[in-house]
Parts: sequence; structure tokens; C-alpha cells
Amino acid sequence: MAGIDIEGLATVYPNGVRAVDGLDLTVADGEFFALLGPSGCGKTTLLRTIAGLESATEGTVRIDSADVTRLEPGKRGVAMVFQDYALFPHMTVSENITYPLKVRRVAPSTRAEVAERTSGELSLHGLLERRPGQLSGGQQQRVALARAIASEGKVLLLDEPLSNLDARLRLEARTFLKKLQKDLGITTVFVTHDQAEALALADRIAVMQDGKLRQLGSPREVFARPSNTFVANFIGSTPMNLVPGVVSASSIDGRPVDGGSNGSAVGAVSLAGGSLPAATASAPAGAEVTVGIRPEYLTLSTRDVSGPSLRGSVVVAENLGTMSLVSVDCDGTLIGVTVPEEDEPAPGTPVVLTASAQRVLLYDKESGELLARQPAVVG
Amino acid sequence: MATPPESVPVPPVPGRPARVRGPAQDVAGLGIGRAVGFLAPALLLIGAFLVFPAIWTIYIGITNYRLTGVEAVSPSIVGLSNYTRALNDALFHNALWLTLLFVLGSAIIGQNILGFALAWTMRRARPAVRRTVEALVLLAWILPSTVVAYLWIAFFDRDTGTLNSILGTQGTAWLIDYPMVCLVLFNTWRGTAFSMMLYSSALQAVPPSQLESARMVGASGWQTLRDIVFPHIRGHVLTNTLLISLWTANDFSPFLLTKGGPNHESETVPVYIYNVALQGGELGYSSAISFLLLIANLLVALLYLRLLRRRS
Ligand SMILES: Nc1ncnc2c1ncn2[C@@H]1O[C@H](COP(=O)(O)OP(=O)(O)OP(=O)(O)O)[C@@H](O)[C@H]1O
Ligand SMILES: [Mg+2]
Repeated sequence: MAGIDIEGLATVYPNGVRAVDGLDLTVADGEFFALLGPSGCGKTTLLRTIAGLESATEGTVRIDSADVTRLEPGKRGVAMVFQDYALFPHMTVSENITYPLKVRRVAPSTRAEVAERTSGELSLHGLLERRPGQLSGGQQQRVALARAIASEGKVLLLDEPLSNLDARLRLEARTFLKKLQKDLGITTVFVTHDQAEALALADRIAVMQDGKLRQLGSPREVFARPSNTFVANFIGSTPMNLVPGVVSASSIDGRPVDGGSNGSAVGAVSLAGGSLPAATASAPAGAEVTVGIRPEYLTLSTRDVSGPSLRGSVVVAENLGTMSLVSVDCDGTLIGVTVPEEDEPAPGTPVVLTASAQRVLLYDKESGELLARQPAVVG
Repeated sequence: MATPPESVPVPPVPGRPARVRGPAQDVAGLGIGRAVGFLAPALLLIGAFLVFPAIWTIYIGITNYRLTGVEAVSPSIVGLSNYTRALNDALFHNALWLTLLFVLGSAIIGQNILGFALAWTMRRARPAVRRTVEALVLLAWILPSTVVAYLWIAFFDRDTGTLNSILGTQGTAWLIDYPMVCLVLFNTWRGTAFSMMLYSSALQAVPPSQLESARMVGASGWQTLRDIVFPHIRGHVLTNTLLISLWTANDFSPFLLTKGGPNHESETVPVYIYNVALQGGELGYSSAISFLLLIANLLVALLYLRLLRRRS
């Protein structure tokens, strides 16, 4: 088992596209690590560079502390599952699974044992003599995983392993994959553009944009405290509200309104004709910011409340299953808020929105970077 | 036992004739007469230049028709004696053997392997290199035989040949000392383009991710070819081998280089047929051999079809 260290990695394609652009990343031993980002951000390229299928233009890749940047893919101790599974159609399931061993000239009896054991681990019993064409999508995916596991690499790389499955099967395969990874304890990097998948599976997530790393953290961190407006926009099944605002006071009534995070002073930020409490230690009063708040973290009430709040009227409510996403028109700005379905207000209802200070995130208006995490800038 | 469902008589829909099963109807609305009129020129040409000569060959194969003399005017039917003669004709056996060598050396081994090797290596070459190589190989294929034969005669020539000045072997008459080797080399060079193009497109059908999977597990070049690539292109190999074998077996360009000589040492079947017909003047006998060559072609094609069917 082994960790992966990536330093200043860049991969430039012959047509000049810098698909991976100066990336630093460390994946710990045994970690389940997700690469997340929009289409074309370089996730696949990064994975292929780790695998050695693309050669790094700059920087180094270390696996188990050994520099593998210039090593052939077959010598890196890395196994990979491709998005289309890349099963060999003319081989049986068992021949597919044990192909890595055949290449290394392992004896047929040992190969049969490995096929038997691995197929057991991946619930492929009774399918060993079939050909890939005679399997369902979910079974094919497990055969591809089995082949990767049978090659006994130190690191497992998965390129959108679940994207070819239908929605129902994907949930099943997700649970299966997570359990398998925990059982094997193998360092795993997987690529996905489905943030729900990344949040559900990964120990840590790297969010990428244009070949660069935008945030690195646990699913909880990335969801609750996106470190810039790009990540804020990208993560979450309902988009985060990102509204221009102005820091109005460094504290309210001279006392903290709510427990401020990082021990920072709690003030307020005015936006959309109202105001919300916020940790304002990092921004002086009067500073223009982008206020970010998740619909899940806003509270909607039909009665008046004291303290900073937003006032508006309901425009439309969308059903999300057990929750409803309510759009509220606050002084011309549409703010989304989720409520339990039984509390769904009728359109036109006047409502009040409140939030706790640590849920209100302030981003720099120009750079879009999170302010609270940065050292206070005194202007 | 299940009772068969009651058959309900369907009342005929008024104003709509019941659809009859039968040959396709006149979709274009030409009428049979005009349709035949459009087809006639093509049918006439095919009849005059393909069907008639073929049947004519079979016919004169059972006569003692000659280029000159009495039998040229009034040939008589000799039955199968031309065929029995061929069975005991040492020169015909020699021609069969040389054709086999020619096909084996230049088509099955030469063109097949060189064509595949070119297709495989050019896959990852720079576009400029690939285009240049493809253009050169194609050129060898599309140039007229007479031009090409002249070039190769100049290449192999004893006194001023290019090969002799390259190797410093002045005075070696390649076409006379090693006629079959020359023919095999020549035909490999001439026909590789087809194999190369066919294999190029066949290799495109191998999913890159499968090749990369093989790379990931550390498969060597040979292992990748054997385990991943060949199973994908097996059908193409079969098709290609059949086509180039037939073309090579029927190829007449050896005549342009060696005329079958020296002393019948490079006289493949097509060349032998020509020599028997036009030098020996025995049109009847040469037609019988032509017919045997045709049968051999058909047998190879049938074998191929059976192999193809077994695969699917
Ligand atoms: N072989 C290639 N040659 C040139 N450019 C490429 C090549 N492959 C990818 N690119 C470019 O590199 C960038 C990153 O591509 P990559 O496939 O890594 O994206 P991705 O994040 O995996 O996207 P997706 O989610 O759509 O799979 C894109 O701009 C793409 O156009
Ligand atoms: Mg991708």
C-alpha cells in the first residue's frame, strides 16, 4: 500500500492545451480520493498522468515515495479501470480477470485460484466462463474492477467508474465500491463529475478547474465551506446563493449574534434589501463582498423575527422529494431556500429568511476567494 | 393442452386491396419494359466482355483449337484430353509449384507481414511521416505494370543495374540467377499498399482503452499483439490473405520481368498459360489450364467463405 505525492505537475498536450497546470497533491496511504470538476477540467488527464499513459511535462509523481514520473505504466504498480471498462471481448471473464497474471507468466493453477477468489469478492460467481458481451453493465463494471484488483497494484485509479450505469445501479455500485475499498484498504483515486458521488464515496475531494486545484478537503469541508465561488457554485445539488453584499457592521449591538467560527468577530452583511449575520473579522465595514449561503442553511419563517434577516415574497416552489426548493424574491434578488415539503408556502406569501453566522460565507468580490479563512486585510 | 385461439375472420377493408406477398412491386413506377431498357446496355456489356469469353474459354478448352494451321480454321472436339494432358504435364506441375511459392512468399508472407508492420508502426508516427510513407507505398500500387516492370528491370540489370552498384556485385544477373527471389521481392513491393491500408483501418477498430489496459498491466509489444490486437482483426487477416492470394496467383506481371525464364524457372501459371497459347499456339490446351486456374480460385474462395461463416 502506498500514498501518492504530486508536485508541480503539468501535462501539456501536443496541441498546446495545458490540461493539468501546476498541481500539488498528496493522497494518503489507503485513502479514497476523488477528483471532481466540470467537463474538460483535466481530471482524466491527471489520472492518466499518474498512471503513466500521458507523460508529465513538468513536475514529479511519486508513488510509495519512489519517483515514477518517467516510468512505464506497467512498472508503476498502478491498476486502472477505464470508463468503458476496456474488457477484452474475446476472453472469458476469468481470462479477463487474470490477464495481468498471464502477462507476468504466473502458472495457470494460481491464476484459476485468483480468478475464483477475486470473483467471490466482487460477486461474480458463476459468470467466470461467460464473455463480456454476455454480461450486464453492472457485472462488466465489476469484472473491470476485479481485473484491476487481480493485478495487485499499490494504487487503484478509476475513471468515472459508475457513469455508464443507470441511476439505480449506480447507487448500488457506489455502496459496493466504498465497502470494497475499505476492505482492501487500497489507495484509490477516482474521477467523477458527479459531486454527489464524490461527496458520498470519498475520504477527501480535490475540486479542479482548468487544470488547477481549486479546493482540497473532506466532503464536509468542501460542501460547507467552499473556499471560492467556483467550488461554491459547483458543489451541492441545489446551487448556492451567491449575492453581492456589503459588510455593514463588524458586530451587532456590540455583542456577537451567534458563535463566530475561528473565534472571529460576528458582524452583519447587508444584501438583497436586508441583512444577515456573518463572521466579518476578515473584512472591514463597507467592504463589497459576494455573500454565499446554501439554500439548506437558510431558515424560512412566515412570522417576523428579531435580528438580521431578509424579507421577501415566495415566487415559486420546486419539489425535490422530501424537500422543496423555494425561490424568494428579496428586493429584486431571487434567493433559494429549502424547506420540508409540508412547510411549503404558497406563492406570494411574505416570508422572512434567517441564517446563523457561521453558515454565511463571504467571498472577495474580485477574486472570488473565501475571506473568512484568510488573514484579516485592513484596508 | 392449450386451445388454439379462435380465428376471427377479418372483413376486407373496402377500397384497399389486400397486401399480397410476392416479389417486390414496381416501386419506381417505370413499367417492366422501360426498366429492362435501362438495364440492357449494362447487361450487354457484361455479357459480351465477361460471360461470353468465360463460356468460350470453357468451350475451346475441350477442342484442339490452335493459333495457326488446320485446327485454327476447323477445330474439332477432343473431350477431356486437354485436361488429362495437363495432369501429366511436368511443365504445368512446375508452374503450379512456382505459383504456390510466389503466393506464399510475396502475398501470404511478404505483403501481409510488411503491410501489417507498416500499419502498426505508422499508427503512432508523426502525421507528416505517415502521409509520406503512405503516399510512397500507394504509388507502388497505382503505377502501371509496364512502368513498374521497366523500373525493376533497370534495378536488377546485370551491367548497369542499381542493385549491383549498391551491393558492389557487378556482373550478377539477378533476374537470371535468382528469378523467383526477384519476383517475390517485386510483388511484395508492388502489392503491400493494399494490406497496409486494410490493416490501418482494421487497427482503428481496436479500442485504445484495451491497448492501454494491456500497457497498464505491463504487457510487452508481442503480448499486446497476440492477446489484444490479433483477436480483434482476425477477420481482416482472413479477408486480406484471401484477396491478395487470389490476385497474386492470377498476376501476370512476372511475365514483364522474366517472361517465365530462364528455362521455365519463373513460369507461374498465368505466364505458362500465355506461353502455351501464344508461343506454342495451343489455344485449346491453354484454355483448359485457364479453366483449372478458375476452379482453383473458386475453391479458395469457397474455403474462405466457410471459414468466415464458422467465425460468426
Ligand atoms: N489527446 C488530447 N489531445 C489534446 N487535447 C486533449 C486531449 N485529451 C484531452 N484534451 C484536452 O485537455 C483538457 C482536459 O481534458 P480531460 O479529458 O482531462 O478532461 P476531463 O476533466 O476528464 O473531462 P470529462 O469530465 O469531460 O471527462 C480538455 O480541454 C481537452 O480538450
Ligand atoms: Mg474524463
